[in-house]
Amino acid sequence: MKIAVIAVQGAFREHIAALRQLGADAREAKWARDLEGVDGVVIPGGESTAIGKLMREYDMLEPVRELARAGKPIYGTCAGMIVLAKRIEGEDTVHLGLMDVTVRRNSFGRQRESFEADIDIPAIGAPPFPAVFIRAPHIVSVGEGVEVLATYEDRIVAVRQGNLLATSFHPELTDDYRLHQYFLNMAQAPVAH
Amino acid sequence: MANVGTDRVKRGMAEMQKGGVIMDVVNAEQAKIAEAAGAVAVMALERVPSDIRKAGGVARMADPAIIEEVMNAVSIPVMAKCRIGHIVEARILEAMGVDYIDESEVLTPADEKHHIDKTKFTVPFVCGARDLGEALRRIAEGASMIRTKGEPGTGNIVEAVRHQRMMQSAIRRVQAMSEDELYAEAKNLGAPYHLLKQVHDLGRLPVVNFAAGGIATPADAALMMELGSDGVFVGSGIFKSENPEKYARAIVQAVTHYQDYELLAHLSKNLGQAMQGIDLATLREEERMAVRGW
Repeated sequence: MKIAVIAVQGAFREHIAALRQLGADAREAKWARDLEGVDGVVIPGGESTAIGKLMREYDMLEPVRELARAGKPIYGTCAGMIVLAKRIEGEDTVHLGLMDVTVRRNSFGRQRESFEADIDIPAIGAPPFPAVFIRAPHIVSVGEGVEVLATYEDRIVAVRQGNLLATSFHPELTDDYRLHQYFLNMAQAPVAH
Repeated sequence: MANVGTDRVKRGMAEMQKGGVIMDVVNAEQAKIAEAAGAVAVMALERVPSDIRKAGGVARMADPAIIEEVMNAVSIPVMAKCRIGHIVEARILEAMGVDYIDESEVLTPADEKHHIDKTKFTVPFVCGARDLGEALRRIAEGASMIRTKGEPGTGNIVEAVRHQRMMQSAIRRVQAMSEDELYAEAKNLGAPYHLLKQVHDLGRLPVVNFAAGGIATPADAALMMELGSDGVFVGSGIFKSENPEKYARAIVQAVTHYQDYELLAHLSKNLGQAMQGIDLATLREEERMAVRGW
């Protein structure tokens, strides 16, 4: 299974390593042409303003939207979640604008407030997932058809909408690959649109 | 239970900066230009290094009012510098909510023997290093990110290249060592054995490793990426150039696409004058910043 990891900026190497451990053919995508013929896309953590801007400048937004329309799974972590969202609080610019959610950037505070916590994600089963939140966003509200996968202190931090998956935290910084496996399972059983 | 200030959170923050450009800024207007150009963070300063050189005297932590102005202007992370060994400047920056502290040789050192014990802080630190031993000593003290020292404020890449070359070549040597050789090498380098063992196993530093000090053009930034840097700091190179906006954009793209030489040619066209550089041979020994730190 070919998975493109958007590699314009951020922690893309960690995602590639996790996906390869699970047997996927994961590769860097720096250009639109790197998205041809892939079975799924991961948008990593990093700075959403930088990632969004570079994806726009290199014409990568529309090809990812097309893959999403074709039912291919797209997974965004942290900055990737912001890039996926239809609405970003306080900002006019959205990036992919695919997922029917409103996100709030840096919603847990500045870096000194960044934290780790074990959270329950019923969709991947027990035990709790070691979630690493770094200047993390959270989801303020979701539209119809968006399934909440996890919350932390009443804030939505993991969601799925059909073939779209997003988390506020960084599974790529841990060696717990259950969410990457969950994503690959989505790629194996595409959701019809 | 939420745990703040763990190694994973502090080092992870630097992981998110990889493949990006961190830019020196001295006010809100510059910070906004940097953010719009795609910087992954800004370093809030009272003066950029080339102006620190010109001003002379003792260089200290920036006026908190300037740092606050920058923090209010942008949504990307804001870094700030404290003097080597100046625990209280660091505590002030942490209390202000700065996202990353650079314990920096660009400022005049406050302690000629001790760096700050950075393990005691919730906020992460980046420190400069000229070679592997220095990098591992800083990591042992709690640095969550390393950068080359280079020779700041000169627009001359030669020292940053020297430092990154020395670092990468030492890492390759350590990787090839047998277990018992590592003990002797730890002593040689003046670095803790357990960190050297991690370098041996990983084939890289256990934290993110950026380039800094003398980067003035998109080609300079791409060169540092080619030599194995995870990203770059650009100090005077942007806002001391003729066209900061253009330079900022071009350097951001050059770091992402550092091996695409046709694009680099395109990015380097008509940028206008780069910052005025300094030949290091003309610097007196006491004017060199790279030799500060121990």
